[in-house]
Amino acid sequence: MKIDVKERISKRGDPGMEFDTIAAISTPMGEGAIAIIRVSGNDALHIGDKLYRGKKRLCEVETHSINYGHIVDPETEERVEEVMVSVLLAPRTFTKENMIEINCHGGIVSVNRVLQLVLKEGARLAEPGEFTKRAFLNGRIDLSQAESVMDLIRAKSDRALNVAMSQLEGKLSKRIQKLRRELLETVAHVEVNIDYPEYDAEEITVNILMEKAEIVQNGINRLLQTAEQGKILREGLSTVIIGRPNVGKSSLLNSLVHDNKAIVTDIPGTTRDVIEEYVNVRGVPLRLLDTAGIRETEDIVEKLGVEKSRKVVSKAELVLLVLNYNEELTTSDEELFEISQGSDRIIIINKTDLPEKIDMKRVKMLAGNQFIISTSLVNDEGVDELEEAIKQLFFSGEIESEDLTYVSNSRHIALLNQAKKAVDDAMNAINEGMPVDMVQIDITRAWELLGEVIGDSVHESLIDQLFSQFCLGK
Amino acid sequence: MSFHGGDFDVIVIGAGHAGVEAGLASARMGANTLMLTLNLDAVAYMPCNPSVGGPAKGIVVREIDALGGEMAKNIDKTHIQMRMLNTGKGPAVRALRAQADKFLYQHEMKKTIEETDNLLLRQGMVERLIVENNEIRGVVTQTGAEYYSKAVVITTGTYLRGKVIIGDLAYESGPNNQQPSVNLSYHLQELGFEMVRFKTGTPPRVNSQTIDYTKTEIQPGDDIPRAFSYETTKFITDQLPCWLTYTNEETHQLINNNLDRSPMYSGMIEGTGPRYCPSIEDKIVRFNDKPRHQIFLEPEGRNTQEVYVQGLSTSLPEDVQHKILRTVPGLENVRMMRAGYAIEYDSIVPTQLWPSLETKKISGLFTAGQINGTSGYEEAAGQGMMAGINAARKVQGKEAIILNRSEAYIGVLIDDLITKGTNEPYRLLTSRAEYRLLLRHDNADLRLTEIGHDIGLISLERYENFINKKALIDEEIQRLKQTMIKVTEESKTVLESIGSTPIKEAINAALLLKRPEVTYEQVEKLTPPDKRLDSEVAEQVEIQIKYEGYIAKQLEQVEKLKKMETKKIPENLDYNAITGLATEAKQKLTKVRPLSVAQASRVSGVNPADVSVLLVYLEQGRLKRTENTK
Repeated sequence: MKIDVKERISKRGDPGMEFDTIAAISTPMGEGAIAIIRVSGNDALHIGDKLYRGKKRLCEVETHSINYGHIVDPETEERVEEVMVSVLLAPRTFTKENMIEINCHGGIVSVNRVLQLVLKEGARLAEPGEFTKRAFLNGRIDLSQAESVMDLIRAKSDRALNVAMSQLEGKLSKRIQKLRRELLETVAHVEVNIDYPEYDAEEITVNILMEKAEIVQNGINRLLQTAEQGKILREGLSTVIIGRPNVGKSSLLNSLVHDNKAIVTDIPGTTRDVIEEYVNVRGVPLRLLDTAGIRETEDIVEKLGVEKSRKVVSKAELVLLVLNYNEELTTSDEELFEISQGSDRIIIINKTDLPEKIDMKRVKMLAGNQFIISTSLVNDEGVDELEEAIKQLFFSGEIESEDLTYVSNSRHIALLNQAKKAVDDAMNAINEGMPVDMVQIDITRAWELLGEVIGDSVHESLIDQLFSQFCLGK
Repeated sequence: MSFHGGDFDVIVIGAGHAGVEAGLASARMGANTLMLTLNLDAVAYMPCNPSVGGPAKGIVVREIDALGGEMAKNIDKTHIQMRMLNTGKGPAVRALRAQADKFLYQHEMKKTIEETDNLLLRQGMVERLIVENNEIRGVVTQTGAEYYSKAVVITTGTYLRGKVIIGDLAYESGPNNQQPSVNLSYHLQELGFEMVRFKTGTPPRVNSQTIDYTKTEIQPGDDIPRAFSYETTKFITDQLPCWLTYTNEETHQLINNNLDRSPMYSGMIEGTGPRYCPSIEDKIVRFNDKPRHQIFLEPEGRNTQEVYVQGLSTSLPEDVQHKILRTVPGLENVRMMRAGYAIEYDSIVPTQLWPSLETKKISGLFTAGQINGTSGYEEAAGQGMMAGINAARKVQGKEAIILNRSEAYIGVLIDDLITKGTNEPYRLLTSRAEYRLLLRHDNADLRLTEIGHDIGLISLERYENFINKKALIDEEIQRLKQTMIKVTEESKTVLESIGSTPIKEAINAALLLKRPEVTYEQVEKLTPPDKRLDSEVAEQVEIQIKYEGYIAKQLEQVEKLKKMETKKIPENLDYNAITGLATEAKQKLTKVRPLSVAQASRVSGVNPADVSVLLVYLEQGRLKRTENTK
């Protein structure tokens, strides 16, 4: 059956979206030292308080005040960013709604992370011009500006339609449709149990719901993993080069940077001294962390100690561990192996132009099934192999580079996160012994949220399913 | 020859389940009301299954009662059995269902109507409406009587141009060989109403004495006395069972062999039937892998041997119906008393109505029940209730009462009808409600008694009891939230007795009640209130505490929508003048003419961008007005 894309888009949507809480980065993306995330709506302070740790809660501070503190990931309490948060209570704000403005200092990556956290806690990513639209709808802007607001909305929806269409044709929508089908039959079955309690359909038990919830949870997690990759495409794969002094870290850095056109260089954060460099290695954008340390000292292990290395490694998605072919393995080398255990890692044996002194057997054992690349960076040898290894590592697994469907749209990520939360809630409810129709509330919610991702949230299709799947009636 | 029949405030056409609620509500609200019906012996007649309630529908009955309607009280007086359904599930989906003594049901209802002040019940067939300048003035009957009124409610059920079909036989008729109402349908079309043709059906009835019940399974009522109405104090204890049996291969073969004689497949039936109420031939064709279908045998009353064969709705020829019945275990020697049939009838397209159920075309004209495209006694009664209330209020110069989707199933039903329309007879399902945890059987009074009292349909006495109950619930919830249960021998015994882990340290009583296996009964034992609470209060305390998280979540969603509900749209907004709207949205909105932005967003074909455009346009208009008045 051919599905009319436009028809489906038009049926999308939560009508509550006109007045829900919205968020966006409201400073130009790029090299500015400060980025501001603006959050507007009833839940602005509530969302802020879930993430903000400071002297007082945001709902307790005075309006139009600026507050110093940190943004944390509420799941781990890990500090994500040092911030100043402006609290602006309605109606004396730009949108005439409650607003907070989070001033971030940590560069594009951590700003994005803060934004994702805000979205995860229930805000919706603002559409272009939406703050202005709110301001208008709430009577803040005068009539002369109305027309331009209209244009903006119309243009936005046309664009959204195009994006949505290409998404619909893509793999993402297929995967999501599969997940939804997985849920739909079960949801319909539970509904039949409820609406036709005497009908001789098997009673759906919470165990069956649990199974379905797990399948869908896995599916969403996999999609969110591709979101990670999508994010990497935008933000770069955070990469750290570690190794003892004089093994060739600096040379490695230079050949990566020189071989490849740097995308962005030197975004200094004002609150930390990490300096990042961006390079594009065969389509994989790498964001090289702590390059200043390498450049200035060539000495990260000795100067900062293993603990600091451990910290840098923990922030990285890819570790390049450099060893010296011409020296025996030292305790420091072993320690570096240990601290980078569990990370995606490439072992680089440098200085192969010199005689072999390293115990390759031992290296192979420590590396396990990870890549080991031999290089002679002074002679420019082995760099190709290294770059190929990086590419393979990134484009590994089920995802083929020619057929990438990354979830990269923030709205989609936010919806998927919400769907995941709904599934988690359902699973918790099952574990708490809630009756099946309560669990169903969260399962149906997950089904609807998945539908919103692909622009299909038609309630009627559940009822259609009910009657096509079961033979009901008097 | 026409003559002046009388002057009234409100006239109700029809005395089925919609009509009786409309007439009673209107009269009880002080409007001088005339109820005209084709046949006084068919007041509150149940032409199909002898039962009231069930999932979603049962909750509507409770809502009708909370608003001061009659259906709940009437079935409480006249049922032969009652059961609470879905007791193994959560409170949101529990629902009461009664098997009715359909004859007694009618007699009781008719008596109540006859005894009601301001209400005149009269036999007569309305053929035309009197309309002046798009305002209703009254009605004209077949006998030429002209009755004048300020409001009219049409509740014609399946009588409008009704046509009964059995096999290759078809004739103009209302249900069960009642007179059809033909001219009124044509008249409505003349007035410009868009009509559709729907179809429904009913199974054969058989003589109980010819059933071998030993081959069937008994389906008794509940042991606990039940009632729909909050006011009922007398419970019927002497209940009659229903019986369950099944079709089999032989039945299906027989039906397959005779499909060519089915009007469903010969093209004789043009109306659209409901998917949830398929005929047996439909079931066999669409679900041919199902080896058997359930058949419930339901007595039609205490003083009759007639039994309703639920599950065998059919329009096959009478001789085939005989044979089908006799393939079913227990019915081998059964005697059929009435044959099943299909019935086609006219309905109006419900998007022609305002949320008050008043027609957009003719001021003061309301419609309710099957004429609006629904099916089911409860759906009809719920609409009748609202149409009656709003007709009376219109006459009294008061604003219409509109229940919203988070307030009542009746609100869901009416909003669905008038906003989305329906392409088959509409049945309420719990899955149509987005907030079903809020729309429970148990809290219908908490949701609606206030309204019922405000509009004058709930007595002061009942209202005071209600306020008292509400206070008791709130107090007890507060008390439990502030009470700690200590680790004692008693707490250990009580918890162990229900297989719950004994507490290791003092725990808040409300938290303890949140354990799935713990009920109010145990908490009450461990921390008795000053005065023992009655079971309804205790039930509320338990549900409200136990499901607090879920309820809060749904309330949050309702809150989110509120702002959209409060953005009102003028009745006569010219959508074609709004430049940013998509063409499809313009057409659909012009047809539905929603009264709030929230309703507009539910119209199919209206997308979020259109909603944005609409909001901006409305805001522009508001600004222009304020600027003009400066």
